[in-house]
Amino acid sequence: MFRNLELVEADSNRSGLSVGALWFCALLIAVTCGALIAAIVLSPKAPPELAALIASALPRSGVENPVTAVLLNFRSYDTLLEIAVLLIVAVAMVPGRTRVSGSRAATVNTDHNKDPMLTDLVRWLVPIAVLVSGSLLWSGAYAPGGAFQAGAVLASACIAVVLAQNHSLQWQSHRARGSLVIGLMVFVAVAIACVAITGTLLQYPGAHAASYILFIEIALTLSIAATLLLLFTCLSTTSATVERSMDGAKTGHPA
Amino acid sequence: MTQELIYSVTGIALFAIGLFGLIVAGHIVRKLVAINMMGIGVFMLFLATALHGPDTVDPIPHALVLTGIVVAVAGTCLCLWLAISISKLDNEKRKNPQQ
Repeated sequence: MFRNLELVEADSNRSGLSVGALWFCALLIAVTCGALIAAIVLSPKAPPELAALIASALPRSGVENPVTAVLLNFRSYDTLLEIAVLLIVAVAMVPGRTRVSGSRAATVNTDHNKDPMLTDLVRWLVPIAVLVSGSLLWSGAYAPGGAFQAGAVLASACIAVVLAQNHSLQWQSHRARGSLVIGLMVFVAVAIACVAITGTLLQYPGAHAASYILFIEIALTLSIAATLLLLFTCLSTTSATVERSMDGAKTGHPA
Repeated sequence: MTQELIYSVTGIALFAIGLFGLIVAGHIVRKLVAINMMGIGVFMLFLATALHGPDTVDPIPHALVLTGIVVAVAGTCLCLWLAISISKLDNEKRKNPQQ
């Protein structure tokens, strides 16, 4: 994917440091690491006050898994900002930034020669991956799992579809753009609703915390999967164009 | 204690290898791999501090590392995309040296 990506023509694999400087760097890093290890071994362990606090508040959080409770209830502000970061990266990389056209998120390639192996693999793999993703999303309430894991599995299923080349994605379409922003939109909407109901940002009303969390998590899963897919497709298509243009440069101007 | 120590030392070693790679590597993709390695080392060290006993685990480091991994992936992709853009500009310059 990146084999033609050379930023400096000559000597692109070395920084140009002398052997002495390299040894000095290695020594300095080794000493720092020794000091870090000593600090970890010698320093007293902090008492697990926060863990006890979370354990005592867990019954009121709406979920049984403490990690999900921290992510989407006790420190949901972090998760809100994280999905905002993902959206910023997606906006920076999405092709045809301001143009929005069409409604279909993917179109079928009819002229493409189908690879029978990949097509069959995708046919079997994608439904299973979607089921696993849904199961991970649901089990996040009481076991390791949740929106991020589910989103990653869903994104990998979509990447398998893209690699089979029977479909091409239309990032200009309303649906694709919508799936990128739905996570942040739902999260912000819930945050505002919480202000209206309980008076505090992202403080879910007691009895319905579980349904609020599930609602946010479904939207987050979609957005995370769409963003990861966008990152993959952008990088693979742009680097393919670079390689093609470099090949063209090689044939056009023989050295 | 031993388990925690193994994870901590591995985390620090990964950080050190990444830091050395960052200094030594000239190519920007190698530098990115090195930065990612440093990040993984930090995550591992942070996770090792979450273990307080055989039964008590602090879930906050777990949640923060989960958030951190996703942000690290997004940051890496943005960096790669910028690197590709720079290399595209370089190629154009190489093709038309007059401009």
